[in-house]
Amino acid sequence: MSAQTPTIALVGSPNSGKTTLFNALTGLRAKTGNYPGVTVDRREGICRDEDRKVRLVDLPGTYSLHAISEDEAVSVQVLKGEFAGVEAPDAIVVVADATTLERSLPMIAEVLLLGRPVLLALTMIDELKARGGDIDLFALKRELGVPVIGVVGNRGLGVADLREQLFDSASWSAPKSLPAGDAESRFAWADALLERVTRHPVSASGLTRRLDHLLLHPVFGGLIFLAFVTFFFQAIFSWAGPAMDAFAGVLDDAADWTLATFPASWATSLLADGIIRGVGAVVVFVPQIALLFALILFFEASGYMARAAFVVDRIMGWVGLEGRCFVALLSSYACAVPGVMATRTIPSPKDRLATILVAPFATCSARLPVYALLISAFVPATPVIGPITMQGLTLMGLYLLGAVSAILFAAIFKRGMLRGASLPFYMELPPYRFPSLSSLAIQVWRRVRIFLVKAGRVILVGSIVLWFLLNFPTSEPPAGATEAEAAQHQIENSLAADMGRALEPVFAPLGYDWRINIGLIGSFAARELMVSTMAQVYAYEGDAEEVEGFADLLTRADPATGQPMMSAATGFSLMVFFVYAMLCVSTIAVVKRETGGWKWPLFQLGYMCGVAWIGAFITYQIAAS
Amino acid sequence: MKLRLNNAALHQIVNAAQPPLSLADLPRVGLARVLSVEGEDAVSQRLRELGFTAGTEVDYVRRAPFGGPLVVQLRGYQLALRPAEARRIRIETTVGGRV
Repeated sequence: MSAQTPTIALVGSPNSGKTTLFNALTGLRAKTGNYPGVTVDRREGICRDEDRKVRLVDLPGTYSLHAISEDEAVSVQVLKGEFAGVEAPDAIVVVADATTLERSLPMIAEVLLLGRPVLLALTMIDELKARGGDIDLFALKRELGVPVIGVVGNRGLGVADLREQLFDSASWSAPKSLPAGDAESRFAWADALLERVTRHPVSASGLTRRLDHLLLHPVFGGLIFLAFVTFFFQAIFSWAGPAMDAFAGVLDDAADWTLATFPASWATSLLADGIIRGVGAVVVFVPQIALLFALILFFEASGYMARAAFVVDRIMGWVGLEGRCFVALLSSYACAVPGVMATRTIPSPKDRLATILVAPFATCSARLPVYALLISAFVPATPVIGPITMQGLTLMGLYLLGAVSAILFAAIFKRGMLRGASLPFYMELPPYRFPSLSSLAIQVWRRVRIFLVKAGRVILVGSIVLWFLLNFPTSEPPAGATEAEAAQHQIENSLAADMGRALEPVFAPLGYDWRINIGLIGSFAARELMVSTMAQVYAYEGDAEEVEGFADLLTRADPATGQPMMSAATGFSLMVFFVYAMLCVSTIAVVKRETGGWKWPLFQLGYMCGVAWIGAFITYQIAAS
Repeated sequence: MKLRLNNAALHQIVNAAQPPLSLADLPRVGLARVLSVEGEDAVSQRLRELGFTAGTEVDYVRRAPFGGPLVVQLRGYQLALRPAEARRIRIETTVGGRV
């Protein structure tokens, strides 16, 4: 027992409304982290009133206490007090969906057998009534012996009662008659008990039946799924755009203001160009990440994600994965970091690893500025059909190349080193429900915070290091040089230039010179830094955001050699390189965290960069000849 | 002479005429009950914990095309599972009638 603040664990099956209830009880105060040694989400929050408080732990959803996935194993070990470094809870709240009590009651029996104080919170009481069901909660309480509270988490009904009970867990009554033994006997006990407390059985959700008839239809279901994916992309790319531009504008102004306000010195330059612009490169993605998670969580809570997984399961099955891997891959189109985090819902460790290994092939939004620059420099805007131009088709081609490669490599991994599915594929199709928007907002905020902290830290360090590499050692420009020439002189004599030249033997077969190599070093911290680094290296005077001008500069002749600054063959080779290369420290960091070591991130870095080199080499050799 | 059979006899004849059925063969209509889940490994154990215990009624909901997953209704909820898992669950059924 902890000295002052009792710990109460929330346990329940997936879709039981457990997280909504947890959010209603703890609000924004919850902390998220990881359980030591494993990659399972750990959510803890304080539930308090003026003078009392309890610590609430939201355990990963599980259908039984015989765990078959890593998530479930954590829940079970924490409940039993067997998880090293985590104290056993003082009391347990079992959260169960009142409409599926017939399935959850046997697990409640398992929890009761643990011998700790237990309270049963029955969620979706409103839905139970709406679907004609009626359970005598007093009788259920009498039969089980433990406190039972009916709640509607998304409308806050019963939450105050539950909170009162949480402060008083020491006085919860002990359970009565308990079935020991196997699943068969637990279900027999549950069936008999339910018979005694059910006044009227719940009928199937008519809305769900009608919607499923359409959404899971062999033909229309597939079409609606395609429309859903299109909507998803449209939302995260177009609708997040204005907010991202506004963010970028503010940050640019902040950097300019810093340069103008403080005396010109290396510290001012570091602050403006290194820190503000560098970290800004991450912060601009916040609206997109927030929208991405809002959409994913909304569709998950509403019940559609399970249907989407059902619709694509057959196709994913050919590759050797399952429907849920699709959701993680979809997230990776905004950013591989949340995509890799989203693989936690995949129960099979092998499927999960295969999904993590190919997730960075999904064209993340950080590649978009690089593609936009290269395409506008090297692909003519010739109309092809109607409003579709050659440039648009090239962009689509790059997206497709990423998607096809992800699927191809997933298939290779699943047929090779990750062969075999050790876990069954089963997935509950919960009734369609309108999600709790406040709970959704809390979850979106939590994920954005993780993204900012994890990715921001890496990029802050990366930007500072890059700034130093580009600005040291300081070298005196020749007398009479203009400001631009002085800047150019500085870069040509910087550490970064030395590194870029050192890399020339590796990248010359792909058509890259030392300047592009500096860009690649920059893009390793974050792909989006490629554009701003290149802008510095090519000494483009002006706003790097105005892509047209910078793109023109790339194709203009180099005054020293008379050749174009960058040839078209090099441009295409770079595009292919960016499709494949794992140029993102944040992704490496998150993969290391999610796979629990350096083995897989290093393997991934190696194979992706290898594929990128070969792909870019072939492209360059074909395009140059 | 008119042959008259009661339900139990009919049931026996139907079952004798057919090979053992699994959930993967669940017909679109009619009533099906779980006989047993084969195997003692974690997967079979989990299937029992999801409610596939002897005597549980299972209803066909839908099947994804091209050998995709199957959706069934049992114990008041819907579950999607692949044919590989469904084959572990032995059922008895009468097509269009009552057991």
